[in-house]
Amino acid sequence: MSNVPAELRYASSHEWARLEADGSVTVGITDHAQEALGDVVFVELPEVGKSLGASEAAGVVESVKAASDIYAPLAGEVIAVNEALADAPESVNSDPYGAWFFKLKPASAADLDQLLDAAAYQASCDA
Amino acid sequence: MGQRTPLYDLHVALGAKMVDFGGWDMPLHYGSQVEEHHQVRNDCGVFDVSHMTVVDVVGVQAGEYLRRLLANDVMRLDRVGKALYSVMLNPVGGVVDDLIVYRCVEGYRLVVNAATRAKDLAWLQAQAEGFSVELRERPELAMLAVQGPHALERCTELLSPERAAVVRELKPFHGLALGEWFIARTGYTGEDGLEIILPAGEAPGLFNELVGAGIAPAGLGARDTLRLEAGLNLYGQDMDEGVTPQAANLAWTVAWEPADRDFIGRNALEAQRAAGGAETKLVGLVLEERGVLRAHQVVRVAGIGDGEITSGSFSPTLGKSIALARVPAGTGERAEVEIRGKWYPVRVVKPNFVRHGKPLI
Repeated sequence: MSNVPAELRYASSHEWARLEADGSVTVGITDHAQEALGDVVFVELPEVGKSLGASEAAGVVESVKAASDIYAPLAGEVIAVNEALADAPESVNSDPYGAWFFKLKPASAADLDQLLDAAAYQASCDA
Repeated sequence: MGQRTPLYDLHVALGAKMVDFGGWDMPLHYGSQVEEHHQVRNDCGVFDVSHMTVVDVVGVQAGEYLRRLLANDVMRLDRVGKALYSVMLNPVGGVVDDLIVYRCVEGYRLVVNAATRAKDLAWLQAQAEGFSVELRERPELAMLAVQGPHALERCTELLSPERAAVVRELKPFHGLALGEWFIARTGYTGEDGLEIILPAGEAPGLFNELVGAGIAPAGLGARDTLRLEAGLNLYGQDMDEGVTPQAANLAWTVAWEPADRDFIGRNALEAQRAAGGAETKLVGLVLEERGVLRAHQVVRVAGIGDGEITSGSFSPTLGKSIALARVPAGTGERAEVEIRGKWYPVRVVKPNFVRHGKPLI
């Protein structure tokens, strides 16, 4: 049974999104996603300053097993990326909700409400 | 639901992620494939390889039959206990499968791949015509591979005194029977270790005992990265019926002498040799940049032509990505690989990246 924190929002493509106090949104991949991928060995992040549409491919996470795209859960501009993942990609496995990928300045904060809540995401994983 | 080995329930109880492999429900990993890989390279791990197919070949013409069937020569097995690796070829020199053959007191024991079982059995049977030989598949046997630098030492501590004595006696690439057990110093990881073939009913007990003694259970995921680092081919990926041994880095397994031994595929291999050799070769690739090489990615060799990755992954021992690739025979030391639309430079090396824990590249 994977961990789905109640305070986060989720995309059905297995990203989590957290609204920060400054209005930015932090994005990572879920516990369910890291478990399905297996050992993560490499993460390709978007460039800071890039504008992403909702559900647009934002990067790639490579595990020993396979490569998977990661998507922007909502539209916005990339304002930061987690450079620490380059040297410690395995932190995506050990701490999926701490090992964030990038931060977005959302085009509209209201878009966050369109994402799944924890119960709905859990249900989509169990389906 | 796929076929299950006698250890299925134990894998599930150990938290294994089960996947289909050639029609079998097998453990991919028990938590972390990379951890299991390191365990085997640095210490010792145990794999369930009971899905592999064991066939005993007996009868007065067993040797003659195998000298026709196999590209390597069982005449080299001049005493009981010796083993050799071989391919069996079709008439056009393509690889039907690869296998290990052990010289036993009564005839020979073959271990062939699981995914090719039905095809192999039909092929073995068809070629047996005209030979006084009997083929006995042994589905009632299970097989465990205990691999790693400490595998022999750990097994001698845990096995009965009689079995431990056999282990101490075994030279690399030898195997000996003891009652219904067969203990061989062979494997598919590039490390020292044992492959133990035993009655299915005794396999869970042995597996439990090994794991209970702290030997890490290791899944097919680690098995794949270990064999890739060791430059060992995987049938169906790095070679198949359309590929000759020369194009699969297996020319060393073909016994040309004596010249009058008429093994299946010999004429085709000789014709290929006379025509200047294979047009392609299997090489190793090393990616120095971040990224992961994967099977089927395109390889480009400037001024020479294109090739394809046959197996690729991240190498846990080297901390970078490596691959086996089939490329034009004239390929030198550099090539490029296309990963998601971008070309990355790669180093072309001998397909042998890690042996006995040591990087070779």
